[in-house]
Order: sequence, then C-alpha cells, then structure tokens
Amino acid sequence: MNVLLDNLSLFREGFIGTLELTGASALVAMVLGVIIAGFRVSPVPPLRIFGALWVTLLRNTPLTLLFLVAFFVVPKVLFPDLDSFLLAVCACGFYTSAFVAEAVRSGINTVPLGQAEAARSIGMTFTQTMSLVVLPQATRTVVPPLSSIFIALTKNTAIAGAFNNVDLFNVSKTLSNDGYDIAVIFLWITLAYLIVTYAINGLFRLLEHRLEVAR
Amino acid sequence: MAEVSVTKDAAPAADELVALKNVNKHFGALHVLQDIDLTIAAGEVVVVIGPSGSGKSTLCRAINRLETVESGTITIDGKPLPQEGKELARLRADVGMVFQSFNLFAHKTVLENVMLGQVKVRKVEKAAAAQKARALLDRVGVGTQADKYPAQLSGGQQQRVAIARALAMDPKVMLFDEPTSALDPEMINEVLEVMQQLARDGMTMIVVTHEMGFARSAANRVVFMADGRIVEQATPDEFFNNPRSDRAKDFLSKILHH
Ligand SMILES: Nc1ncnc2c1ncn2[C@@H]1O[C@H](COP(=O)(O)OP(=O)(O)OP(=O)(O)O)[C@@H](O)[C@H]1O
Ligand SMILES: [Mg+2]
Repeated sequence: MNVLLDNLSLFREGFIGTLELTGASALVAMVLGVIIAGFRVSPVPPLRIFGALWVTLLRNTPLTLLFLVAFFVVPKVLFPDLDSFLLAVCACGFYTSAFVAEAVRSGINTVPLGQAEAARSIGMTFTQTMSLVVLPQATRTVVPPLSSIFIALTKNTAIAGAFNNVDLFNVSKTLSNDGYDIAVIFLWITLAYLIVTYAINGLFRLLEHRLEVAR
Repeated sequence: MAEVSVTKDAAPAADELVALKNVNKHFGALHVLQDIDLTIAAGEVVVVIGPSGSGKSTLCRAINRLETVESGTITIDGKPLPQEGKELARLRADVGMVFQSFNLFAHKTVLENVMLGQVKVRKVEKAAAAQKARALLDRVGVGTQADKYPAQLSGGQQQRVAIARALAMDPKVMLFDEPTSALDPEMINEVLEVMQQLARDGMTMIVVTHEMGFARSAANRVVFMADGRIVEQATPDEFFNNPRSDRAKDFLSKILHH
C-alpha cells in the first residue's frame, strides 16, 4: 500500500488546510502588525503603551498556551460559537502580529527622522505621515525579516491541526491512527510543508528583488 | 438706545502674524528657551542669529510645534497652537518649514514632492497640483529636474525643491533653519537668491542663518539669541554696526573675521 496514493484526497485537504490557515493568519498578522507598529511610534501615550503591551505579551507567550486560551477560555467567557478555523487564525495571527510589529517598527526606525518631520511640517496627520512617507521607505528593510516570520507561521499552524482543524499535521495524525508507517507519513508531510515554505521564500526573494530594482 | 462699547480688547494687532509670549522649554536640565517674547508682523523678514546651542533651531521648531513647549503661548495669525492632532496638522500646513538637511521625500520624484502636500493635505486635484508644482519649480529654477529623484540632485537644487514644496501649501509664514549650512559654498548663493526673491515678494520669513550678507540685505530685523534668551533685537544696520550687548559684540567679532 502507498500512503500518498491511497490517501491523495486527504493529503490535498490537509495541504489546502495548511495553506488556508497560513494565508488567513498572515493577513491578520500583517494588518495588525502594521497597526501595532504605528501605535508604538504614535504621539499618543496610551496607544504606545497598548502597543508595547501587545508585543510583549504575545511575543513571550508560548503559542500552545494561546491556543489553549483561544479554544477553552474565549468560548466560555466571550464568544461561545466561533468555529475552530477562526479561533486558530486568531491565535496564530495575533501571535505573529507581535513579530510583524517588531519588524515594521525596526524598519520605521531606519527611515531618517527628518522625513517624518518634513511630512508633518506640510500638515500631514500622523496616519498620512506613516502611510505616505515613512512606511513606503521602510518596506525594503521590513521585507527580509517578514520572510522568516511567515515561514515560522507556516510551521506554527501545525498546532491548529491538534485543535480540530484539518491541516497537514492533522492528516499525519489521522494516517498514523490508520496504521500507516509513520516514517513514510512524515516524509510526505515534511515534503508538503517544504513546498509551502519554499514558495514563501521564493515569493519574498522576488519581492526583495523588485524593491531593489525600483531604487 | 443701547450703548455700544467700543473699548478695544486684548486682540492681537492685525498684522501680528506670529507671536510668542513668555515661552519656556527645557531639554532635561538644559533651559533651551528662556522667557522668549517675540512677535513677527505680516511681511516681515526676521533673521535669528546666535552661537551654536543657543536655541535657534528649537525656537524655529517650537513655532510649528515640532517641539512642544512647557509654558507660554505661541499664536499663528491669532490662533494658539493646538494639541497634537488634525487641527495642529491644519495649522502646520500654514507654516512652511525648510530644514538644514532638505528632507525631501526620498521615494518621490521632485514633482511628486511638491504635489504631495497639495493633494493629500489641501485636497487639490492632481492636475492642478502638478501645474502649480511645475510653476513653483520653475520659479526656484529647477523646473527641468521635475522627474528626477532627490538623490539625483545637487544640494542646492534639493534645497530649492524643498522651498518649492513648502511654498506649494501657500504658507502664511516660512521658517528656515540654517537652509544653507549643509551646502557647498558654490551652491549657497543660488538658495539665498531664491530666499531674497521670496522676501521681496512680501513673504513673512523667520530665518536662522549664519549668512550675514543675507541678514544685511533681506532682513527687517535681526534677533540675536544666546543661551536660550533673546539678548538683542535691532535692524540689521544697527545690529551689525552698533551691537549693544557684550554677547553680540563678542559673537560678531568672531564671525566677521572669517
Ligand atoms: N532633542 C534634544 N534633546 C536634548 N537636547 C537637545 C535636543 N535638541 C537640542 N538640544 C540641545 O539644546 C540646545 C539648543 O539646541 P538648538 O539646536 O536649538 O541650538 P541652535 O542654536 O540651533 O544651535 P546650532 O547653531 O548648532 O544649530 C543645545 O545645547 C542642544 O544640544
Ligand atoms: Mg540649529
């Protein structure tokens, strides 16, 4: 019997599951990360404090713990009927947003202060200064670290597989329960993860190259 | 039959465009602005000079609130500077600022630099903004560089673009913080000429500079600062020929020998 050929549709389901979890979490992490980075450099002290707390809390909490909170505490006290995909995306997305925020913030710090001052001096608001002047110039330094952050995210979504989500990790569990050779299962699962992470790597290489040329 | 009271209230004089009253600021233990009182009339050109570290830049930056002050009031055209936020942004648009290090937006072309504020802050149509930008670039003599990026321009050209960028907002007053200090000697004049022209056209200007030639020919008033205080204010003639304070005499003897 052949693990892969016998269970092709299951593998495909797991692969797509991992892709969906990664994609949705990356989107959440990206949007939140940029907003939190903005908070951290904003002139409003409460926002700065909120941003610092967000990053410190999420970056220093084990992701498994976040999953436990998301699946066992959140439904009890806040939202009783969120589906497990949404909860997993929130856990992975929030967690990763802290890393994205730090990457974006260090990118912001590489843009000379005079750029923001010039923008403010012609009457731009803080949000305009960030989105029109500072962030576009920060992109080049933000993109390389984002690549590793999103590769880490891909692997982290495996935890979601242990929490009621069908992804590659979940499929490996199912198949080993079905009695297939665990070494062979892992070989294929690893290969599938490699495809995703390699694609992310390539995508960011391309992006970096684009930004290089645009200079 | 009601009696109409015509007593004048404490409203600022009509032509009092910028007014600082009793302004104080510290950087830690350093008292950089000490009880600064300064009013600038519409159309006036005021040159601020003084030794390094005397607080000239801080004064300039306080006027459009790039630096906050601890006490005292700063008003622009009668309106006190508001707290950080949308309203402050609107007020800043009326106060042009030219920096020593140009600070052109590095990721935008020269033309885009001059258009950005018009489009995003003043909400001017793109076509109209471009037209105005080109006219301003011609006026400061860099019209042919419109499609280049700032890094491709000489310092003098960049600074003239920066002046055009500030002018594009139709500011009520322009602040210059040592606009020629970062320039090679042969480029200083091209920038000073643009500023001279601006002064002749009636722009209200506050200029921090070490260019005494410019102060003599373009300024209505020289403000001499030392150690965070305004030590002396006079017409350029008076100030350069007959400085009253010892600090000013000392300062002038040092710089005029070079
Ligand atoms: N952000 C800051 N933090 C701490 N100290 C500062 C800061 N900015 C300026 N200072 C100090 O305040 C004093 C006044 O600075 P300011 O830049 O206003 O002087 P200046 O008259 O413009 O001098 P220069 O001719 O060198 O430009 C200086 O001693 C400077 O070191
Ligand atoms: Mg200075």
